[in-house]
Amino acid sequence: MSPRSHLARSDALALGFLGLRMRRVRTILSALGIAIGIASIVGVMGISSSSRADLLAQLDRLGTNLLTVAPGDKFGGGDVSLSPDAMGMIGRIPIVDVVAATGTVSGFTVRRSPFIPVFQGGGIGVRAADPALLAAVDGHLASGRFLNAAVAGYPVAVLGATAAAHLGIATAGGAQVWIADRPFVVLGILDAVPLAPDIDRSALVGWSVAAGQLGFDGHPTTIYVRADKERVATVHAILARTVDPQHPDRVLVSRPSDALAARAAANDAFTYLLIALGLVALLVAGVGIVNVMLIAVLERRTEIGLRRALGATRPHIAVQFLGEALLLSAIGGAAGCTFGALLTAVVAVVNGWRVELPPWLLLVGLGAAMLVGAVSGAYPAARASRLPPMDALRSA
Amino acid sequence: MTTVVAQAEPVLRVDHVSKAYPGSPPTVALSDVSLDVREGELLAIVGPSGSGKSTLLGIMGTLDRPTSGRVLVHGSDTTTLDDAALSGLRSVAIGFVFQQFYLLDGLTAWENVAQGLLYRGVPSAERRRRSVEALERVGLGHRLAHRPGQLSGGERQRVAIARAVVGAPAIVLADEPTGSLDSAAGAEILQLIRELNRGGTTVALITHSEPVARAASRQVRLLDGRVTRDDAGGDAEIAAAASAPTADVEDEAGAPSARPGTP
Repeated sequence: MSPRSHLARSDALALGFLGLRMRRVRTILSALGIAIGIASIVGVMGISSSSRADLLAQLDRLGTNLLTVAPGDKFGGGDVSLSPDAMGMIGRIPIVDVVAATGTVSGFTVRRSPFIPVFQGGGIGVRAADPALLAAVDGHLASGRFLNAAVAGYPVAVLGATAAAHLGIATAGGAQVWIADRPFVVLGILDAVPLAPDIDRSALVGWSVAAGQLGFDGHPTTIYVRADKERVATVHAILARTVDPQHPDRVLVSRPSDALAARAAANDAFTYLLIALGLVALLVAGVGIVNVMLIAVLERRTEIGLRRALGATRPHIAVQFLGEALLLSAIGGAAGCTFGALLTAVVAVVNGWRVELPPWLLLVGLGAAMLVGAVSGAYPAARASRLPPMDALRSA
Repeated sequence: MTTVVAQAEPVLRVDHVSKAYPGSPPTVALSDVSLDVREGELLAIVGPSGSGKSTLLGIMGTLDRPTSGRVLVHGSDTTTLDDAALSGLRSVAIGFVFQQFYLLDGLTAWENVAQGLLYRGVPSAERRRRSVEALERVGLGHRLAHRPGQLSGGERQRVAIARAVVGAPAIVLADEPTGSLDSAAGAEILQLIRELNRGGTTVALITHSEPVARAASRQVRLLDGRVTRDDAGGDAEIAAAASAPTADVEDEAGAPSARPGTP
């Protein structure tokens, strides 16, 4: 004869709920601790993954095969600039798809009318540009048309997005700007060009107008190169030598998409820091649960004694208290995941990102909460189960 | 009132049990106590406070282990069982009633009673049915969904009694069941216990009060950890032969397992 005590799993769960129901305020407060920790971790990871997804999508859209060539540092005061032949030389590299150049036309400002004094020009630069520039930087027109061979000799200009906004010109139709006391018809306005922000702050004019009317020397300042997607590294390696075989060190070749990738990496470092803070919050919440559960064990000594008298085994008592801790942290974890997801959604919408919240992140959040609950509940549960039944009953 | 078949195997046998708590010198709570509880009996264990009643209740209920001696339930030795097996035994064979009721405040009357079946793996619908039945038996059929806070002291003790008997245990151990009640409520509870006993429930009533003890058909007197008198016959002569209790206490301190009643 050895009858065994038996506690159904659903009954054990119900016991856990009972304990929480009987001390609501304490339950809510300690679940809140867990919720804050989980919310901060889920929120931080959700926000960072949304922003990262946005950066990667940008990279994907813009392409990582754009290279820029610019004159390097000047040594001994010598004026280093790119040779007017550089374009042609780059164009002869077979794995280069598009080449286009801009050249800074110095000494001029761009104004809305001739009555605005020159010194209030607003920092908008004038650049000579190739018709191929649009294709090279993957630019898009907000309005009007881009420069082409037919208008290269006429006083027309295409405005970058920032320049247009600065001048207060919303559409190309009929607007004029003044460069060096000459009116230029605004032919088109560009959208922002994320990979070549210099262009945003410029008024682009035809190469021959720049040379003929603005005294441009014909030296390109920046050359934009779209290379074959698979061979970007090869092109990157030979560009400097192609442009200036004698002094490749005086040529600066860079890949603008690297800046975006670096931003994604910098985001990561910050994210780790915030996650570490979230983990600290979770740790504090775990200590809170240990505290609350130990108090519960003290307060409920007679209940423990009674249950032992009714036939509960030590594991049954342990399961009851552990179940309470787990439920507590599951409630906190679920609330935390919800807060975190909401936070992510709000931040993503405000920044115009797509909400990127991988389901595993929510599972990890809930799992982390339950883990904290299990670890925090273990000691109080063990204390409760080891209480000798007669001592427990006598403590009333 | 109950006719006892003397030769039947006792429901519960306390066999030369001693209990000492560690210390120097050790505190002796029980000294060589032997006692049989027979099926269908209503037995009172009566003694003043400090006589070892509660310790004896704990040992009889397998909530505590004796320092020496054995406790047998239906003839099987419980002192060799591990904690899980003892828990199992308590879940089916022993019901407890306590002075302070020990009801759970967050549960209704029937839910409290159902706790008595929780650790036996009885399905919840069945638990509910049997709890309602048990409450009707103790006259609380109209208070099923009340919480302990909404019940009087006497009603609370009825709920606790229903919890003790809902699983039809072999024996119910009641520790001062009237100790927290006024005399009217106490009398009703005693009446209820006698009714349950007439219905076949074996009850051991632990009390310090003579009037309460008189409600039982048999009284076992406990003083300073020894049985001084047992009305069941047999043992009574030995108990009666015991020397003066004060002298015994001196002896116990030195030799806790010493047998009393040396002829």
